[in-house]
Amino acid sequence: MMFGSIVACKKDTRPNYQFMPNMYEPVGYETYGESEMFPNDAVALLPAEGSIPRGYTPFDIANDIDGFNLAKETLTNPLDSTQIDTPRAKELYDIYCGICHGNLGNGQGNLVKREKILGVPSYDDAGRAITAGSTYHTIYYGKNAMGSYANQLNEEERWQVVAYVLKLKSDLEK
Amino acid sequence: MKKSYQSLEDNSTNNMKQVIYRKITSKILYLGFIVLLTFSATLNAQEGDPAKGKTLFNTNCAACHQLDKKMTGPALRNIEQRLLDEQGLDRAWLDAWIRNSAGMIKSGDAYANQIFNEYNQTAMTAFPTLSDQDISDILAYTAAEAPAPPTPGPDVVVSTAATGDDSSNKLILGALALLFALLAIGLILVRQTLTRFAQEKGIEVATADKTIPIWKAFAQNQFLVLVTSIFFLLASGYFVYGYFMQIGVDQGYQPVQPIHFSHKIHAGDNGIDCKYCHSSARVSKTSGIPSLNVCMNCHKSIYEYNGETTAEYDKAFYDGEIQKLYAAAGWSDADQAYTGDAQPVKWVRIHNLPDFAYFNHSQHVSVAGVQCQTCHGPVETMEEVYQFSPLTMGWCISCHRETEVNVQGNAYYEKIHEQLSKKYGVDKLTAAQMGGLECGKCHY
Ligand code: HEC
Ligand code: HEC
Ligand code: HEC
Ligand code: HEC
Ligand code: HEC
Ligand code: HEC
Ligand code: HEC
Repeated sequence: MMFGSIVACKKDTRPNYQFMPNMYEPVGYETYGESEMFPNDAVALLPAEGSIPRGYTPFDIANDIDGFNLAKETLTNPLDSTQIDTPRAKELYDIYCGICHGNLGNGQGNLVKREKILGVPSYDDAGRAITAGSTYHTIYYGKNAMGSYANQLNEEERWQVVAYVLKLKSDLEK
Repeated sequence: MKKSYQSLEDNSTNNMKQVIYRKITSKILYLGFIVLLTFSATLNAQEGDPAKGKTLFNTNCAACHQLDKKMTGPALRNIEQRLLDEQGLDRAWLDAWIRNSAGMIKSGDAYANQIFNEYNQTAMTAFPTLSDQDISDILAYTAAEAPAPPTPGPDVVVSTAATGDDSSNKLILGALALLFALLAIGLILVRQTLTRFAQEKGIEVATADKTIPIWKAFAQNQFLVLVTSIFFLLASGYFVYGYFMQIGVDQGYQPVQPIHFSHKIHAGDNGIDCKYCHSSARVSKTSGIPSLNVCMNCHKSIYEYNGETTAEYDKAFYDGEIQKLYAAAGWSDADQAYTGDAQPVKWVRIHNLPDFAYFNHSQHVSVAGVQCQTCHGPVETMEEVYQFSPLTMGWCISCHRETEVNVQGNAYYEKIHEQLSKKYGVDKLTAAQMGGLECGKCHY
């Protein structure tokens, strides 16, 4: 095979030849493919406006300061203690949040240590006094320099992460 | 809901009182301010420590402020001096603002409201816990001189290091070449002395004149011809077979991407988890390429590249690539806002199975717990991604034959595992024994 590819003088920046392309190439659209039918030629589109994913519960709180404060005071975790799956929550947290907030939640993630992103707060920051609701609002909409994680985590996973964040917070406050 | 309305009302009544109260105090403040101004020289004597200030700034303020660039909040270089010169606001104002900016805004302070509105009513976090000394430290840090534009020092170092590497290679090659040359000369010398020796002894050295040329002799020997032609046929057959077998196999395919996105920098140097970006690998068939909002979660704050550079890719190159990302996402770095003019990025797909084969990431990543690197190779060291594995059927099958199924914590599997183990009489089941070789599992 190695010799074969040398003989073929294959260039690595182009795909190889195929025997019967019509068996290889899909008739339908490929994920992330291109098609003239769509705006910008992009097959990957946002869902039609007003479409509702299965199992969706609306989140009515607005993306502004008032919404944030409302969430902070009133919103609580719908998962009870038996539904909270700490090992899985930790896995999710380490993937999505640990890189900035640190796996212990002390604001010393890898990117902070390398001085790429600064000003990541520790969860026990007294000035912020985070609650379940404010954390959920932050994950859902983002806050200032922190972006939204709503598209990487689904609703149940977001609450799992919230529970884990509060656990880290209480560990830090010990 | 009721509660919060209630508290709002409370606040507004409070405010009314405060405003009246302020009118009196503001005059006093104003007087005090003039006095302070005259003493500002002595005030400055209350020195802060810029080094401590830097740490405090990085932990508390840097999320929203940078020294020389507008972020969520304004640039803060020389803020104390600037506020004094432009707005006539003193250190006491700054203290109050930093400790509780929301309170200042509510109290109706003119400049506080002006800047609050200028920044789209973004609230600055309150820092009631910062001491006077802390704030002095931070202000000392913001008052530090701007660093001189970076000299090309590190680049030079890198490139010399690179040439150093090169030259050491060349040195080795040169040494080898010299050795061979010496050997050759040695041989020639030996041969010469030997012939001279022979001549002296009176022995005639045989010359090649009487024999026929070697190729003629070869052509006359039919057996040799047969053997060599069979050899050539077999060899070319081998190569042709090899060629046909690699058709449709894109191992090593490494297209040029529209944005030079380096996995080495992201997943390697900075240790970002693969699933941070390829988040659908956990739950779906495709791994997905992250949409640009995922990039912007970090790149709102990371607008330039300060990592290591190589001779091939320098800082200017990487900065240009980040600008490409901004252009595609429609982000204006100067205004810190989206322009709404976004373009899709046309990433070139690398790994692609033919349409007749079915592959599912979540089955392998979440259920089987196979590491991305097992199939995709050391992606975290790749400056540009290439296809590491052949993605042939043989490759899938041999892994299914070898890999044991991960049954831990999977109640459904534990049962089926027990039954199947009994059937095959083994302790550990491989994916193949669980049905991973059935054609229909991979071919629709
Ligand atoms: C790219 C880096 C980054 C990542 C990843 C990140 N954050 Fe943040 N986070 C920040 C920054 C920066 C702030 C400070 C925001 C501000 O200016 O108030 C912050 C603030 C917060 C706050 C405090 C908000 C408040 O009440 O003031 C919480 C809670 C939080 N993040 C939770 C999370 C969780 C949960 C995740 C994972 C889903 C996460 N963060 C991932 C950078 C990040
Ligand atoms: C949550 C984000 C955030 C953090 C954290 C933050 N600021 Fe601010 N800051 C702002 C915003 C936004 C403004 C603009 C006014 C407004 O909208 O409230 C501002 C305005 C200011 C101003 C007035 C600047 C001017 O040009 O008038 C000063 C001074 C200031 N901040 C200092 C600080 C210091 C010192 C810290 C750290 C102890 C800090 N800020 C932390 C968001 C923040
Ligand atoms: C910061 C986001 C990010 C992280 C982290 C990341 N990737 Fe990627 N990945 C991308 C983007 C963007 C592309 C498309 C551009 C390209 O192919 O270089 C991509 C492409 C790929 C491809 C090629 C896809 C194709 O077209 O066939 C593979 C394979 C891949 N990534 C694997 C990994 C693995 C394994 C890791 C963890 C070591 C990882 N990625 C971490 C963003 C990321
Ligand atoms: C978790 C944070 C994070 C995410 C998400 C992220 N980046 Fe980066 N990016 C970084 C860091 C950190 C650097 C290095 C900056 C430095 O060293 O100064 C960087 C550097 C870069 C560079 C310059 C170096 C290079 O790779 O050519 C480009 C271009 C870039 N990112 C594009 C992207 C794109 C496109 C995406 C989305 C697919 C993305 N980034 C997502 C953190 C991130
Ligand atoms: C068992 C082997 C295997 C493992 C493990 C694996 N992949 Fe893949 N990956 C593939 C194959 C095969 C394809 C081609 C899929 C296709 O064309 O349908 C692929 C395609 C991709 C693509 C291209 C886009 C797509 O979704 O088709 C990306 C990106 C990717 N993989 C990333 C990852 C990441 C990140 C991980 C780890 C979380 C991972 N892969 C784990 C085999 C694997
Ligand atoms: C690194 C090893 C590895 C490679 C390479 C690999 N697989 Fe798998 N695959 C597994 C394991 C392990 C399982 C069993 C997962 C489980 O626990 O259900 C599996 C399961 C599957 C299943 C489900 C089987 C069933 O019984 O339901 C399919 C379909 C599949 N693989 C397709 C593929 C295809 C197509 C390829 C090649 C493109 C491939 N796999 C490459 C390890 C691998
Ligand atoms: C583990 C998954 C898997 C199983 C099981 C499997 N195949 Fe395949 N098969 C593939 C993949 C992936 C390809 C595409 C290989 C390529 O692109 O080179 C393929 C390609 C083929 C091809 C086209 C020839 C080629 O190499 O491109 C044929 C024919 C085929 N398979 C027949 C079968 C038959 C018959 C069975 C049942 C005995 C079977 N396959 C079982 C994954 C599988």
